[in-house]
Formats: sequence, C-alpha cells, structure tokens
Amino acid sequence: MAYDKFYILKSTAVPLPIENVDTDQIIPARFLKATERVGFGDNLFRDWRFNSDNSPKDEFILNNPNYNGKILVSGKNFGSGSSREHAAWAIYDYGFRCVVSSFFADIFKNNCLNIGVLPVKVSDIFLEKIFSSIKENPTRTLTIDLPKQIISIDSTDDLEQFEINPYKKGNMLNGYDDIDYLLKIKENIKIFSKHTPL
Amino acid sequence: MKKTLFDKVWDKHVVQQIDHGPDVLFIDRHMVHEVTSPVAFLGLKNRNIKVMSPERTFATADHNTPTINQHLPVKDPLSAKQLAALEENAKKYGISYWGLGHEKNGIVHVVGPEYGITLPGATIVCGDSHTSTHGAFGAIAFGIGTSEVEMVLSTQCILQPKPKKMRINIKGELQKGVTPKDVALFIISKLTTSGATGHFVEYAGDVFANMSMEGRMTVCNLSIEMGARGGMIAPDEKTFDYIRGREFTPKDGEWDKAMNYWQDLYTEEGAIFDKEFFFDGIEIEPMITFGTNPGMGIGISDEIPTAENVEGGNATYQKSLNYMGYNEGETMIGKEIDFVFLGSCTNGRIEDFRAFTEIVKGKKKADNVTAWLVPGSHKVEKAIKEEGLLDILKESGFELREPGCSACLAMNDDKVPIGKYAVSTSNRNFEGRQGPGSRTLLASPIMAAAAAVTGKVTDPRTLII
Ligand code: SF4
Repeated sequence: MAYDKFYILKSTAVPLPIENVDTDQIIPARFLKATERVGFGDNLFRDWRFNSDNSPKDEFILNNPNYNGKILVSGKNFGSGSSREHAAWAIYDYGFRCVVSSFFADIFKNNCLNIGVLPVKVSDIFLEKIFSSIKENPTRTLTIDLPKQIISIDSTDDLEQFEINPYKKGNMLNGYDDIDYLLKIKENIKIFSKHTPL
Repeated sequence: MKKTLFDKVWDKHVVQQIDHGPDVLFIDRHMVHEVTSPVAFLGLKNRNIKVMSPERTFATADHNTPTINQHLPVKDPLSAKQLAALEENAKKYGISYWGLGHEKNGIVHVVGPEYGITLPGATIVCGDSHTSTHGAFGAIAFGIGTSEVEMVLSTQCILQPKPKKMRINIKGELQKGVTPKDVALFIISKLTTSGATGHFVEYAGDVFANMSMEGRMTVCNLSIEMGARGGMIAPDEKTFDYIRGREFTPKDGEWDKAMNYWQDLYTEEGAIFDKEFFFDGIEIEPMITFGTNPGMGIGISDEIPTAENVEGGNATYQKSLNYMGYNEGETMIGKEIDFVFLGSCTNGRIEDFRAFTEIVKGKKKADNVTAWLVPGSHKVEKAIKEEGLLDILKESGFELREPGCSACLAMNDDKVPIGKYAVSTSNRNFEGRQGPGSRTLLASPIMAAAAAVTGKVTDPRTLII
C-alpha cells in the first residue's frame, strides 16, 4: 500500500521511557480481528491507555494533554515480540510518522519501513538527551531530516546522524513500496523459480 | 570463503541483489493464516493481481479459532468474518485451505512439518514470528509482516538484507528433567530478548544433535524471543527419517535430487560467525520465567534476581515485577498458580503430551487449577487418543480441547482472567498476552504438569520416578 512521502519532519514528541515495549502492548491480540486496515489507532497501547471499563488511565503518557506530536520516543528494544504489522498500523493510524529508540526489533522495523513510519535509531546517550529535553519542555520540537539522515533537538546544538538502508530511504522519500519493485522484475523471478531445488 | 549452513541456503535463493539494498529472496513455501492475511489479500485485489504460486502457498485457520465445539458455527462475529475471509481468499486464488474441522487443521507451525511442507534447505515464511520453528529442519524460516505477506503472495519473493550470523554451541548432556524448552529459556535468559537481534542463529553441539526433531522445533521456535530473525539446525539422518514419506515430501527421483542438495547442508569447518556463544548442557536446570518477557527466566532453584544484577533499566524491571506481583530475592518454588496451559507451536506436539502425561499419571489435578490441554493439530489429537494418553489424562481429571493457538495469544475465548497466574508451555509472558491482566510463567510441559497436580510451582524433578 502506498503511503505519504517522508522528507523532513519537525514535530513535538511523546516520550515513553520504557524498555522492551513489545507489540502485544502496542496492540493487544484481541484487536487483530479486522479484515481491513482501519481503526487501529484507537487501540494503540490499549491496556496501558485505558482501564477495563474504557476510562482513560490518566498516568499514561498518551492521556497527558501536555504531550502530543508525530514522533514517539521510546526506550531500548522497541517492537519486540509478535510480527503483527497491526502494531505499525496502530502507530501510523494514531498519527505518528516516526519512532525514535536506541534499539528496534527486526520485524517491527521492517514493518514500519514498509508502511511509511520511519524508525530512527539513536545512541543511548542521545536518547537520554531527548527524554530530558522534552521532559523539561513538552513543546520542544525535534527535526528528522531524512535526506541528510540527521535527527536534531531544536533550539539546542544536539543532533545525531542516523542510519537507513539507501534502498529503503529511496522508498520512504518517494512513497514507494517493495511490491512496486518486485512486480517490475516478475519475469526474472519466474525464470529463477524453474531452477530452484524444491 | 567457507560457508555456513545459513549461507548455503540463503545464497541458493537470491534472485538478484539490489545495489546497496536488500536481496531479492525467493520463497519456497508460504504458510498463511487468518489474522495476518486479509489485508494482504485486499492489496492483491486493489492491484488486480493473482497469487503467483498457489502451489507453494498453504492456508490454515488457527489463531482465532475456538477450542471447543468446533463443529458449531463460530460465535464471535469478528472471528467468524476473519475465518470466512481466509476461506474465500483461498478459494478465489486456488490455495489449499485446511480450515476449521478439516482433518489436517492445526497450528500453522505444527502442521507444516507434519505434512512435509517443511523441508531442509527451503525458504519458508509466514505472517507469524514463530515461523522460526521450521528451522529445526535446516530451513531458513522467519516471520514476516502483512506487507511482506502481500509481497510473497504476489511475487513469491521478499526483499531482505542478509542478516548477520550467530552460532550457539551447547556441548555435553542434559540433566534429568531438563527439556528442550529449558534449553531455549536458558539461552534467552543469557542473551536477553534483544541479544540476537539482526542475526540468524545456528544451534550446534551434542545437545542439539541428540535432540529429537520435536525438541529441535521447540528450540528453533523460541529463537525469535531473543530477537533473532530465525534459528536453524543442520539436517541429519534424524531429519531425513522424519520427513521421508510425508504427503508433500518429494518422492522417488525427486527425493534423490533433493537429497543431493540436503547432504551438503552443514557449516564448513572454519566458517566465520559474527557472534558465537558456548555453553555446557550441565549448566542448565529446569527453567521458569518470573517476569514479563521471555528473557526473564531462572533455574527453578534460583532466586528472582535483584535489579542491579539485570541488564536494562531499573524502572522497567520494577514495573515488570509489580505486574507479576513478585519481589526480588524470592524463589519461584511454592508460588500459587491458577491455570495451566499445555499447547502452542512451542510445546503442542505429541512428545509434549507424552511428557506431561508421564508426570500426571496416577495423580490428580489440583482443585485450584484450571487446565487447558490444547493439541497443536488434529494429527496430534488423534495420536493422544490412539496412544492411550487421553485415558490416563482423564483418569487424572484432565480434559482435552480441540486444536488451535488458544491461550497462547488468547484471541479466542481461552483467556486467563485478570491477576491470575498461568504456568504455560507457550512462548510469551508479555503483559496481558494470555488475556488482559493475566500473569504468565513460561515453562516446559513437565514443569506445567508438576504445577497442575500440585497446584503451585514445583520442581518437576521431584515427581520423576
Ligand atoms: S501458538 Fe502462539 S506463537 Fe504459535 S502460531 Fe499460534 S499464536 Fe503464534
């Protein structure tokens, strides 16, 4: 599915300084029954965000009116566990376009890149800087410059280079997905398949 | 350069390489289930394309199915709709479909090997992270997201950068009461849940060589829980014996041709891994988890570690212990439990039911325990009955449910209630994994059996005669 192009994103950010946030927390299994990709944002972090009677849990960051924006900043090893792409959909659908962490689980990272959410991996030290600067000032913005691969904390000198596979970067900048690419080489694939051992 | 097992299989499947980008990897077998496929099929419809290789695609319903009264219509309307969507899509695109009630139905990672869909040297994907199970046969098998499911349906390929390589060597023998599940939980506790991220793991050494195919599946299944893309074990005679003659296994001349390829599937002497670990089987005790990720496991006679002895943030660690209702320094033995779950693609095969039955034989289920015994497939269910295990289980006060993922992810009605403790043979103890507010202790089938008959966490070795 094609998505909006990603170029430079300047936004306030939501801090979630917890480690090992798994995809079961991002979207619990009971919300995976849909047959279309709609409405997942409503259930993002469902059980951290709402009580069982659906009233909001005030202490959870998404319920804190001081914090909002298109960037989610989280502790190390974000997105571990289940391969459910629904987790990335929920993040996108809620309105985030970028997740910043010092470490991402593999499948989650791929899922994000495939649907237009940019995972930005920063150093532990830089992550701490972001947490403390947005804690101090929730209106502080971050700028993610994809062409230059730089993330910076605005109105400070703090910035860091981040890595992204050049092919994936091209996709994000242009809003392409992998299927567009694969369909173009389908004839090669057909020939290849005739010579596979199994 | 000397090649690893992983290199050999991967290289054989690269259609082409993208400059500074991922490889185009050809996929031999694609397993599909109801939860992660509907949006992928919608994508095909929107692009107006067909499934490229329906004969390489296999669909089964498992994640969202009830485990009682499967002959009746599914009650939950959303689940019913998702199941109907898979059936329709399978029909429309000419994919074999083993739906609810079909004799071959079961958990995708249990039925794949049972019918010879899983083969050495194959590339296998499924929209489920525990696809790593199939690596037990020397296949490259890994879980993918829905966008990737759409990729494979439409082009039989996936774009993947080649992962790094890791080898985990365990020499020696296992002690009495130590099962493949314990070996896996031990490794994850050493490496943490992110220790193998970015890597594909090969398991090597006597412990794995001596393990049954089912045990190897349990180990490879849990590779994902330390962040690995997948795990694999070089095929040997045991592997070939297991797959020979199964429905989708190559026959006659095709078998000989395949054998030529398979005989070469091992890591060459001197091949280099990005990371390597060495353990001794004797170090491993029966394991149990005490926290909210699979890396938070300890030997049954150990104490819950203090925060300064664990990697990662203190805040995250305390949050986890609070959720579980446990404290640093406590031992797990004697902790009260409420539920026991035997099943899942990790431990829902016949050997697991044999091991469980062996422990509970002649004893009674504890009154405070609700036990869910869920076979991984109809084939497993049938074997449980034919081998007489069911009679023994019934005698001890246990019932058998019908196959499916069940309380492993609690998408159906098999949910552990808020605050309750479950000793589970599944693979994830995340907050709410087995139902909102549920608390999960991951363990082996025999640890689960010991808990089921004593009503609390018990060292299974004390019950082995
Ligand atoms: S049993 Fe659990 S882990 Fe295995 S396929 Fe089903 S939901 Fe996934």
